[in-house]
Formats: sequence, structure tokens, C-alpha cells
Amino acid sequence: MAEVTLIEGIRQAMDEELARDERVFIVGEDVGPRGGVFRATEGLYEKYGGSRVVDSPLAELSIVGMGIGAALYGLRPICEIQFADFIHPAFNQIVNEAAKMCYRSNGAWTVPMVIRAPYGGGIGGGLYHSQSVEAFFTHVPGLKVVVPSNPRDAKGLLKSAVRDPNPVIYFEPKKGYRLIKGELPEEDDLLVPIGQASISRQGKDLSVFAYGMMHYYTLQAAEIVAEEGIDVEVVDLRTLLPIDEQTILKSVEKTGKALIVYEGNLTGGYGAEISAILAEKAFVSLDAPIRRLAGPDVPAAPFSHPLQDWFMLDVSKIAAGIRSMAEY
Amino acid sequence: MEVREKIQTELTHELMLEMYWIMLLSRRIDERAWLLHRQGKFPFHISGIGHEAAQVGAAFALKRGKDWLVPYYRDLAMVLAFGLTPAEFALGLMGKKGEPSSGARQMPSHWGLRRANIISTSSPVGTQTPHAAGIGFAIKYRGDDAIVLTSIGEGSTSQGEWYEGVNWAAIHQLPVIFLVENNEYAISVPRSKQMAVSNVAEKANGLGLPGITVNGLDVIEVYDAVKSAADRARAGGGPTLIEATVLRMTPHSSDDDDRMYRSREEIEEMKQKDPVNAFRDYLIQQNIITEAAQEKFQSRAKEEVNAAIKFAEDTPYPDVEDASYPVYAEDIRHG
Repeated sequence: MAEVTLIEGIRQAMDEELARDERVFIVGEDVGPRGGVFRATEGLYEKYGGSRVVDSPLAELSIVGMGIGAALYGLRPICEIQFADFIHPAFNQIVNEAAKMCYRSNGAWTVPMVIRAPYGGGIGGGLYHSQSVEAFFTHVPGLKVVVPSNPRDAKGLLKSAVRDPNPVIYFEPKKGYRLIKGELPEEDDLLVPIGQASISRQGKDLSVFAYGMMHYYTLQAAEIVAEEGIDVEVVDLRTLLPIDEQTILKSVEKTGKALIVYEGNLTGGYGAEISAILAEKAFVSLDAPIRRLAGPDVPAAPFSHPLQDWFMLDVSKIAAGIRSMAEY
Repeated sequence: MEVREKIQTELTHELMLEMYWIMLLSRRIDERAWLLHRQGKFPFHISGIGHEAAQVGAAFALKRGKDWLVPYYRDLAMVLAFGLTPAEFALGLMGKKGEPSSGARQMPSHWGLRRANIISTSSPVGTQTPHAAGIGFAIKYRGDDAIVLTSIGEGSTSQGEWYEGVNWAAIHQLPVIFLVENNEYAISVPRSKQMAVSNVAEKANGLGLPGITVNGLDVIEVYDAVKSAADRARAGGGPTLIEATVLRMTPHSSDDDDRMYRSREEIEEMKQKDPVNAFRDYLIQQNIITEAAQEKFQSRAKEEVNAAIKFAEDTPYPDVEDASYPVYAEDIRHG
């Protein structure tokens, strides 16, 4: 067991999949000799060459669009969007093309493709290097949407995504790239299945649902409130689409309370879907109103430090949310 | 149509007759689709009438069964040349069970045919161009001896997706042919309001690939241009942009009324340049087909169209449960 960072888990996943399967290639801006602006593809260009680690033109829609074409022909592209904030030009390709290909061709054509995109705030990135855009994509049947919160899942989920026969959007909590560390088992082929949430902390008083960076903060908040006698169950959603309803419902049936934490804007955000599922299917188990703790409804995280702090959820805000829920 | 010396060696009489047959068949089933639509048999038709020479010339210049096609909605003649049957097209018109492009999930003329290397296509225009670049990339990646042709209307070359796709192919010298079927109209909007350049081929200059304009009413001229671009692409010489000037002899679709934006005189003039008639006259003039044999082609086309329509009419609608799948590859049902 070696302790590694989250981004190292991502890098290892790509390295292993490139080595395993000649159909796999990486395409994106600065992924080549630069190794990616966050260094996620560091060393891969040198190891696999420019034909498999491909620097794209500065144009996101065709990173995805050419990836779709390559996937239709039989390759397995890993497309990197440099920041999730810049994925929007590719929205048409993702939503109208990749996501609908299997259905619209009655299964004759499929798009086995991964789109990696660093997301989230707290890094001084301002409005356009901080967004959490997952809710746009979790509304789209045909996509799978994955957000890892630790190095092990980052590696295992990405390897599963590369092998998945569908388009998988893989959002990476960039603030956690080097902040989040964890043990990585030295398995030959570490795979974490897509579509399964995990209980990352057992508890009985209330359930907190989170993913990515907010999951990391939630675990810390849970330790703080534990000292005050509040026993929190933390559910790491990991895969946002398709939704692991069973794990979500089971947790609330046990605790009777649900708090959903996500850093995207509150309204129409991913937490609304979890809330709706609980209201429809776990109503009789609920001892308190479902609550969402999310980013405020302003366009995105502002740049200036105190303004960014106002926008971002953190450990103390999450702990406060848990306390208020526990008191109900 | 001009008489050319060069083509006589490459294009056998047999092949030219086959080209004429596909053009005629496409025209006849397209005309029938308009008629049936007007009778209320189905809600939508989008036509390729006036584009047949460009489409058939292009398709025959490729290695059918080996090369790849990323077409757009007007390409009825092109996909017939690649192996879609009239009966399959008719299933699409009526949204019937077994329609091969989408299982009748998509509107008619949204092509896709796995067995013929025809990629599934959608409605938002220009999205297919980056796909063709990606297929070209994959062909080169694998070192395969194939090429890909993607087609589009001139209006859709205004899309950023078109530029980005062509740019990729030019940078990486990918084996892609970008065929633009320029009929001068994007629904109602004339070419002059789509682009400041006087023809689409000029756009190639800014993207770094060869761009040529050919008479898309002359099936042999298109064949020659696409054949030479295909030979070059196959030899590693990179992509080509080919603009084929064609006529849209019908409204944009069955939901359009082109009397709002163009004169009837313009339509009448088009009929004098009809590419299917022009090729028929050429074949007769060159003694490649006799009048009598030509008449047989006409009656055979009518029979095939009748049979295709009858087949589709006799085919049931899909099972309602088909609407629920396959959203993911895991849901695909074979057979």
C-alpha cells in the first residue's frame, strides 16, 4: 500500500489503460509534452508517443466530436476538457450526439468514450475556472456521470469508465488533486464499478450525501460533530448517473434524516434529484425535512478571496448544517 | 453534360448504367414520398431532388463496403448507392418496425446503416463533421486502407462544428473528403447571407486543405473529383474540400413553403437542368443506353418503388416497448 494523491490515481489509471489496450488514446489541450495543465497526463506522452497522447486544437467541441467519431470506428478515446467550465461548447456533441447515439441507432452504434473534466471551486479560479456543471449532464439519459472523492476510487472508476461501452463524463475535484491523499492498494487491475455509491462512514443519527470535494469536507465535518455526540452516516455517491437508489434509500431508512451537500448552485442542482427520490420513496422513514446545502444561486464562485469564501461550502459550514439537522 | 475522354477508361458503361439506375431510383422514390406525404400517409419528408448526381458521383468514387460515410439528411441517393434499400427507406418514412437506421426512433432520412459503414446521423446540422474527422483519425491510427466522406449543405458550413472538424483533418492530414452540396438555400436563407466568400471551396484556403468546386449536376464530373480526392487521401495525401453545386428543386422539407422566398420561374429554370434527365440524355447520346432500355429502367424503378411502399405499408409499427430502450449499450437487444 502506498499513499498517493488523487491526481496520481487518475494518472495511473490512464497509464494502465493505455498499456492494456491499444485502442485507448488521450486527446485534449496541453495533454502532450506539457502533461496537462494539472499534470494528470504527466509522462504519458513520453511513454506512449504523440499518436496516442494527442494535443488538440484549442477547441472543446471537436475534442469531444472527434472522440465520438474515433469511438464509432472502434477506438476508446479519453477526452480531456481542461476545465469543466469550458465543456459548454461541446454540449451539443455530448448531449445530442454521444448520449443519444445508442438509442437513436437502436444499438447499432455506441460511443465508448470518457470525457475527463476538472471541476469545482476554492482555487481562486473565479467564475470560469470553478464551476460545478454536473447537473447539466445528469439530466441526460445515455450518459454516465462519475465523480471520485479519493485516490482509490479515482483510479478504479476511471479504469472502469475507459472500459465502459457508453459515454462516461468523469468530473475530477481539482481542489483535491493534491490535497486528497489515500492508500492505493497494489492490485494489478483495480476496478471500481460505476453505478454504486459507497457508505464511507457508518452512522445512525442522520445521512449526509455528497460527492467529490464536498465528500472530503463532509467526512471531516462528521468527525468534528462526532465529538459533540452526533453520529453521522456519510454516503459517497461516486456515480451520479445512473443513480444508486438502493444505497441512498437504505441509508435514510436507517437514519431518518437526509442532508445533501453539493457545491454547484442550489436550484436545479443534483441534490434536488436525491431529495425528490427520498421524498417519493422514503417519506415514511423521514423524521425531518430533507435539506440541501449547496452553492448559492449566483452565477459562479467569484475570484476575490473573501467573495470566494462566501460562495464555497467548507468543513465548518457543513458541520453547522449537520448540527442544525441533528437538532430537528 | 460535357463529353470527356478521361473518364471512359475508368468508368465502364456498366458502372455508368448502375449510377443512372441509383439516380433514377432515388428520384422516383423521393417523388413518391412527396405524393404520399400530401396524401397524409406520414408526417414528414425531406427531399434530395436535384442533388442526385452529386451524391451518386461521390458514392461511386468510394470503395463501397470498405470506406465510411457520414452523410446528411438530403443524401437519399448517396445512401441508396451505399446499400440502403428502397424498402428500408420506406420503413423510415412510415416509422415502421425493423427500420434499420434507428428502429423508427428517428424522423425519416436520418441515415445510419452499420452493415454499410454509414454512421448514425442526427438533426442539428454540422455535428457530423467532427465525427468524420474522428473516423479519419481512427483510420490513420489503425493504419487501415479506408477513407471517410462526409457531406453537408452549404448553409451548415456556417457552423463552428464544421470548421473545427475540417481543421482537425487538415492539421493531421486525415483521409477525409468534405463534400458540400451547395444548393444556394438554407431553408429560405440564400448563400449570400451565409458567407462572404463567393463559393464554399474558398473556405478551404483559411483551413489549409485543397478546395475545389465542381458541377454537382454532372455525375461524372463529381465522380472524377471525388475519385481523385479519394486516391490522394488513401495514399496519405490528406483531406479535400469538394463543393458540388446542385439544385434544391423542392421546398426544404414537407413543412416548408418555398413560394415565400423564391419565384416559380426559378423553379421552372431548374427543371431544364435536372441532373437525372441530363445523365439520361448523355447516356442515350453516347449510345450507352438505348431509348428502349431506358424505358425499361423507368418501369423497373416504378415497380421497385411500388414494392417498397407496399412492403412498408404491410409492415406493422414497432412494439411500444421499443421506445424504452436502448438508452445504454447494456440495454441493446439483438435480433
